[in-house]
Amino acid sequence: MFRLITNQMIVPNIHLLTLEAPAVARQMKPGQFVILRAEEDGERIPISVSDWDAEKGTVTVMVMNVGITTDRLASLETGISIPTVVGPLGNPTKIEKFGTVLCLGGCYGIGSIFPIARALKEKNNRVFTVIEARSSYLFYWEEKLRKVSDRIVHITRDGTKGYRGHVGRLPEIIKSFQEPVNRIIINGCTFLLKRGSDVSRPLGIETVVSLNPIMIDGTGMCGVCRVTVGSTTKFACVDGPDFDGHQVDWAELLQRRKTYMKEEVIPHRTSRCEEHARKS
Amino acid sequence: MSEPKPKKVDLNRRGMPKQLPEVRRHNFNEVALGYPVKIAVEEAERCLQCKKPKCVLKCPVEIDIPGFIKSISDRNFTAGARILKQKNCLPAVCGRVCPQEEQCEEACVLLKKGGQIAIGRLERFLADWEAGQGELEMPKISPFTGRKVAVVGGGPAGLTVAGDLIKLGHQVTIFEALHEMGGVLTYGIPEFRLPKAIVNREVDYLKKLGVKVVKDFVVGKTRTVESILEEFDAVFIGSGAGLPWFMKIPGENLNGVYSANEYLTRMNLMKGFLFPRFNTPIKNHKRVAVIGGGNVAMDCARVALRLGAETRIVYRRSRKELPARLEEIENAEEEGVVFDFLTLPIKYAGDENGWVKEIECLRMKLGEPDSSGRRRPIPIEGSEFTLPMDAVICAIGNSPNPLISAVTPGLEVGKWGNIVADEETGKTSMERVWAGGDVVTGAATVILAMGAGRKAARSIHEYLSSL
Repeated sequence: MFRLITNQMIVPNIHLLTLEAPAVARQMKPGQFVILRAEEDGERIPISVSDWDAEKGTVTVMVMNVGITTDRLASLETGISIPTVVGPLGNPTKIEKFGTVLCLGGCYGIGSIFPIARALKEKNNRVFTVIEARSSYLFYWEEKLRKVSDRIVHITRDGTKGYRGHVGRLPEIIKSFQEPVNRIIINGCTFLLKRGSDVSRPLGIETVVSLNPIMIDGTGMCGVCRVTVGSTTKFACVDGPDFDGHQVDWAELLQRRKTYMKEEVIPHRTSRCEEHARKS
Repeated sequence: MSEPKPKKVDLNRRGMPKQLPEVRRHNFNEVALGYPVKIAVEEAERCLQCKKPKCVLKCPVEIDIPGFIKSISDRNFTAGARILKQKNCLPAVCGRVCPQEEQCEEACVLLKKGGQIAIGRLERFLADWEAGQGELEMPKISPFTGRKVAVVGGGPAGLTVAGDLIKLGHQVTIFEALHEMGGVLTYGIPEFRLPKAIVNREVDYLKKLGVKVVKDFVVGKTRTVESILEEFDAVFIGSGAGLPWFMKIPGENLNGVYSANEYLTRMNLMKGFLFPRFNTPIKNHKRVAVIGGGNVAMDCARVALRLGAETRIVYRRSRKELPARLEEIENAEEEGVVFDFLTLPIKYAGDENGWVKEIECLRMKLGEPDSSGRRRPIPIEGSEFTLPMDAVICAIGNSPNPLISAVTPGLEVGKWGNIVADEETGKTSMERVWAGGDVVTGAATVILAMGAGRKAARSIHEYLSSL
């Protein structure tokens, strides 16, 4: 069992969860993920890791409340234990001296891009961090990101902070840096990964995306996370989660991610008042 | 009891009661119900008690078969259970899923006359009888040797190694990647063929013997083999054949195309058939095709059928070549699974939302036997046809899971990604590391994995005793 030490809604609908998982924390590297179960009857879901403390034996994740399991996780009381935290899974993000690296994060990816930016900074890269949200009130960890970034740029859909619009503004932002960017690394929702890769392709900048398909075991056993990269089928859990964003078959990935939309999200979006009333 | 034993050899192999097909196709309860005491004794009395029993030679774990059968006919079930457990730590499992028809029962001298002893059913009878007695009898455990063994994988091979070594006085810890023990017994074989309560019972037994269990721990990721070797004297790797094959044909990544592993894991490990009480969702498919003809294909088809789908097995050879056990083929047929023999899928077509809607197939004919001894299927030109379908389960096989070998440089790997290990001892190319089961042989059977575990345990014990 894995004890929940912190559960804080860091911005609306995104929960910062810190869990006691010493064996996982000891091995964790930037870009890896864990698989969680919120309760004994629960499903297994993959979650990117945003930070960890090997000494204290803790792992921190950002959970966006969108489905049955993320909803359960979001409503857990601190001190409670959850049955599964397994990892670190997937391959770490490639970290070396690239020169100038643009780290782009959105939603939960604002959190999970942080350890990547930190590791890149430690390797003496120039790190430009771009964070994207619907509105300025959805940004978090800006101070932490500032400490490991040479510059930080915001994009908001409503224009309340930084650039107005979406990740389509990336080429202008890169232009404004007035220095070449050698690599782009994107963490966040599939749409952000796709759009980011689309706009960076004409710029000819290598773009690494951290994919987040449906998974069950996370060890290469079930194959539900298969994605087409180039012309070959890869398993995101063991071959990834990082891939070349210019090679990913995005249409297929977006469609595979929708497999259980009806079963998962629609029941979750009903109020379940009756169930709550019974419980309290 | 007072009836005199018939002098004439009794060739009447006793049948085992089963749930009726029309009933069982609507539930997940066990299909075969086991022998009642009276029938078990009758069946046991048929055994000729050969002086040189050939059945034992064909058993991968060398169970004293005539010995336990004699105990049944003597109605001394306690003694019988003890004989079984000397050689087999999972008798309730093996009695259900071992291919006895290719092993012990094939060697029975009564086979020629069609009356071979139902050894598997008798094994199951004893194991279930013992479980029904409440407290299980604990074997003698040797005093602690001070040696520590790590077992990677909680499936049949790992459980056998753990059971053997704990009795010899070594400390044993099993590391399991998933959140439940049992490996393929838990995620792969459905409830109606092997109830999970039985797997849990066997695992609990090992825990009572002192085996430590660490779940949610992926060796190779959570901790490397090298690091484990710093703390343990020996490591056994039994991580199974968990890399699913696909056919590499167009449309295989459409929604609704599953690997057998995914489909079975959703159902068995994650209890998807109880969604939404259990949270792992499944789809209520109307028409399901299972590609392949092995036991896994039969399992998938029979699960899909129980969820209400019209289910077909699509197999490229004929019924005669099906690699599944005859018993499972017959069960599937009785339940209403449709078989499309001599049929090869060549392409999946999808609808506008990316869901599979039909399979394009080719008709096949059988040619000369290939290296497996089975007649090779040859496509018939121009025979393309389509089967409308809303789900496809690809059950054509698995390779050994490469996760551990990929991060363990000292470990020699064969051309199929299998860990290379000595057939007799399970020793790998790495000092103090043994391996066995599907990760060495590729996908095979529960009992062969157990046999490999037994040999490895013997070799590990020899090594530990020499220290």
